[in-house]
Amino acid sequence: MTTPGRVGLGILGLLAAMALLAPVIAPNDPSDQFSDRAYAPPSRIRIRDAAGFRAPFIYKHVLEDRVLRLYREDPASPVALRWFAGGRLVSTASESPLLLFGADALGRDLFSRLVFGARLSLGVVLLGTIGAIVLGTLIGGMAGGLGGSVEAVLMRVADFVLVLPGAYLILALRGVLPQVMSASEVFGLMAALFAVAAWPHVARGVRAIVAVERVRDYAEAARAAGAGPIRLVRHLLPAARGFLAVEIVLLVPALLIAEATVSYLGLGFPEPDASWGTMLQDASNVRVMAEAPWMLAPAAALFLVVLGVQLLGSTRASATVLRLGDTRFPLTAATARR
Amino acid sequence: MSGQLWTFLIRRSVGAIFFVAIVSIAALVLVRLAPGDATTELALAHADRATIEAARARFGLDRPVLAQVGEWLIGLGRLDLGQSSLYSRPVADLVLERGLRTAYLGALALFVATAIGLPLGVVTGSRPHGVAAAIVTPISIALVACPPIVGVLALLLLAATTGWLSTAPGAVLVPTLALSLPLAATLERLQSQATAETLAAPDVAAAAARGVPPARLVWIHAARQSLRPVLGVYGIVIGTLFSGSLAVETITAWPGIGRLMYDALVGRDLFLVAGCALVGAVLIALGNVIADLIRAVADPRIREQL
Repeated sequence: MTTPGRVGLGILGLLAAMALLAPVIAPNDPSDQFSDRAYAPPSRIRIRDAAGFRAPFIYKHVLEDRVLRLYREDPASPVALRWFAGGRLVSTASESPLLLFGADALGRDLFSRLVFGARLSLGVVLLGTIGAIVLGTLIGGMAGGLGGSVEAVLMRVADFVLVLPGAYLILALRGVLPQVMSASEVFGLMAALFAVAAWPHVARGVRAIVAVERVRDYAEAARAAGAGPIRLVRHLLPAARGFLAVEIVLLVPALLIAEATVSYLGLGFPEPDASWGTMLQDASNVRVMAEAPWMLAPAAALFLVVLGVQLLGSTRASATVLRLGDTRFPLTAATARR
Repeated sequence: MSGQLWTFLIRRSVGAIFFVAIVSIAALVLVRLAPGDATTELALAHADRATIEAARARFGLDRPVLAQVGEWLIGLGRLDLGQSSLYSRPVADLVLERGLRTAYLGALALFVATAIGLPLGVVTGSRPHGVAAAIVTPISIALVACPPIVGVLALLLLAATTGWLSTAPGAVLVPTLALSLPLAATLERLQSQATAETLAAPDVAAAAARGVPPARLVWIHAARQSLRPVLGVYGIVIGTLFSGSLAVETITAWPGIGRLMYDALVGRDLFLVAGCALVGAVLIALGNVIADLIRAVADPRIREQL
């Protein structure tokens, strides 16, 4: 593996670990609203005070001006960091919360929301990717294996969906469904919509591979031994493994951006659950950006995921892009053609 | 233009008309079948039955779906797309105005991305160990990882902290940069790889052996060949630009088709959704035909397949 590839894998691994271990890593509950902490700046972890070095601690933030939202660190009240207290890696007493990335408009801990948001954002995208791979392999395998009019119709449909801009397709399908839903309903629905929007990318490639493989000698031998069309396709599909691996790498960032866009527009996860897209909604105001730039942390997280995927799969993916004419990677959603 | 290209254009135009019709009708039917309609708010406001019935009749909601689709198609022949229930304006005027704004932004971004991306790609691809490649490649990789929704927020942060860029609604620089920079970086990466591959091909080595100067080799011989796979990507870029502009338009308050479509969907504005879908589909079909045409002009082999 190349050095950029290792860096990419490292970034993705770290983010995945963050999502998996969210309850341990987050210093606070993601929906706790701390009073007098609206847009509070990030806590600075210190290891020395006037007297010299000591165990890591923070100074308590004091709200000086409620209107201008001016905060001041109070050197008279140091707060020690607690390690492994209450099942959390690091935290502080709740009257002076540890806010690693500052707080949002409601005084909630942005870092904790980001960590828990990774669960929703990455989780829904992974489920959607798996859905698209399964659906695409089924349809592509069927088209390639059966051929004839079935193939013609299925590939017509795939081409049609491919030309539509993914973000609009998902927006339109989500938009016509009821707007008020519980978080778990939204999770399932979004994953399903992602699969519906993304399967043609997979199906096209699988069909092409199956069409090439079915005239090979081993396929002929399987047919001679009495394999029916379904059994035959099962023999042919392993040839598509490499392609599917690249597809996963291509789909994850595309769907992540789609999630962010749809959630940003207000059709994603409902309050108080946080996904990265929902969190960005609160950050997009220029005044908020100037006063509380830490609100853009979810955008940085999106950047890191796309960068990680890009470093991990760049050479292989851009070769695929040129061969199949597929530029989803690493842009939002797009279309692949002949 | 050769006869071949004309046949191609006619065939593609017929296909495009079908595409536009299917997308618009699908949008119309989808919204019609969705729970709730344009009169839901009236009902929530406890309007009396007669008012609601009158409103439903006005938007044709009391008629069967198929009849409504038929009427809409007949109206389309006269360029009448119905009346918007949200804006109380003819849909045709509204979507034309907004559609042109989106098309303008997309075309501008595409132009900027091409003008930056392709030449830089040739430079980095032909001298992968040169100074230019050492500077451009890392920037390019970082920008590829900056999809429009992230890029536009980063640019707004830059504007908010330095005041260098205008963030007034309708200011063109921020949305254009947000859309074009990741695209320019993608084109640069693709052109770079294609150039490197082409330069390794035997025909280029043969040309070099005949004494063709290096600059001519890179910019004439290799560039023309390597451009073909990259041009093949342009049809897809149209859809990508659309998806990206949905986020960018919303965040920068650019009065394009993206926000309009969202409002229309949420407000169950039947004819406005259909109108937005129509204009969007026309723009995509147009972009695709132009992209294929450019490809056919650049590559004789494509012309034969058409």
